[in-house]
Amino acid sequence: MHYYKPASFAEAVALAAGAEGITRILAGGTDVLVQMRADIVTPDTLIDIKAIPGTHEIARTAEGGWRIGVAVTGAEMSEHPELGRDWPGVVEAMDLIGSTQVQGRATPIGNLCNASPAADSVPAMIAAGAVLNVIGPDGSRDIPAEEVPAGPGKTTLKKGEIATALTLPPRGQNGGDAYQRFIPRTEMDIAVVGCALNLTVEGDQITSARMALGAVAPTALLIPAVTEVLVGKTLDDDALAALAALAEANCNPIDDKRGTVKFRTHVAGVLARRVAQIAYDRAKGAKA
Amino acid sequence: MSKTHVTTKVNGDEVEFLCDPRETLLDVLRDRLGLTGAKEGCGTGDCGACSVTVDGRLVCSCLMLGVEAEGKEIGTVEGIAQGETLHPLQKKFIEYAALQCGICTPGILIAAKSLLEKNPAPTETEVRYWLAGNLCRCTGYDKIIRAVMDTAAEMREAS
Ligand code: FES
Ligand code: FES
Repeated sequence: MHYYKPASFAEAVALAAGAEGITRILAGGTDVLVQMRADIVTPDTLIDIKAIPGTHEIARTAEGGWRIGVAVTGAEMSEHPELGRDWPGVVEAMDLIGSTQVQGRATPIGNLCNASPAADSVPAMIAAGAVLNVIGPDGSRDIPAEEVPAGPGKTTLKKGEIATALTLPPRGQNGGDAYQRFIPRTEMDIAVVGCALNLTVEGDQITSARMALGAVAPTALLIPAVTEVLVGKTLDDDALAALAALAEANCNPIDDKRGTVKFRTHVAGVLARRVAQIAYDRAKGAKA
Repeated sequence: MSKTHVTTKVNGDEVEFLCDPRETLLDVLRDRLGLTGAKEGCGTGDCGACSVTVDGRLVCSCLMLGVEAEGKEIGTVEGIAQGETLHPLQKKFIEYAALQCGICTPGILIAAKSLLEKNPAPTETEVRYWLAGNLCRCTGYDKIIRAVMDTAAEMREAS
């Protein structure tokens, strides 16, 4: 295995584009090292991007959103004084992953690019409308978060393409987001179902909504029809019931030791109701 | 296999070593530097027995490569006592018998120390969540939690 620590993305892209065999990008390493250890993936080329300037930064974009560098960890997101005020759901979702030790290394972009269907931060970023910024031999492009995973362990990034940052849109006024997952205990487990919801309100009326589900299909899912059941409504019992039905209808889960199809489908509806209520309360001014 | 030369600081001392890029920081600490305090319980980030700090940040040394230690400051359990004087946490762990086999202890000491540096007055819930990534097969955790809480109280009084 060859280990490289390039000083720029241009250098990193040249390395990735020219590499033979299996290439892995090393940021936090909490997936890459486990896969190496278990002999699931043994990279021929490992490109450590942490020495590239800017990769550790969380910065406001010109539009008022946030740019999260590719090496930013969960702990750094949780400690950031402002990010969690704009996007509490995204920060909380990331914070659910692993232990304190894992939080010190794990990155949201790694969570997205590892492409596990159960990745906790991914539904939250999809609901938030995050885009992944990538750079490759043909230049830069932005990929909506929901289009990054192509299936378990697979992404839509092309050979030589490397993620540089994750961009969250401006929060704007009267908005809120939330993520919850079901696990059989209170900490340190993999989501059986996860659900994120992001909405804006005007008074009591919902003016926009995005929902995403995790662990109920081969990739985290954006559920566009949520606009039909929520926009223009207040979050009353009818809206919540319609939302739960929509979440259930979009589940395509597997039966495994952590949950049956029936259980996962039911829980998706329950979580949709709960995150909608939290996001709604936050949009109306409740503090995270 | 060509080895990489790495310069780092461990417990305040400058250290140099040669390692294969596949070796973890845990392998390097134990096998190349003779610092066997950090233990390998799982090798996959689940047990916390390998906990160390890197530039002050608590991490699993099994989830980091030795080559990534270049230019960093590593803190291990070997560095927490001042000469013969044990760290307050070490004293309390003995007083409370917060260990049996001791495999988890170096990781828990490092993790608890990093918590108290960040938060000198944690609640019991905060201690339990902070240490959720440090597994112990022997004690049932309760004595560990009491020892950490009591250390925190004593260190607050002393300061
Ligand atoms: S050996 Fe590192 S977490 Fe278990
Ligand atoms: S004392 Fe034996 S594992 Fe904790």
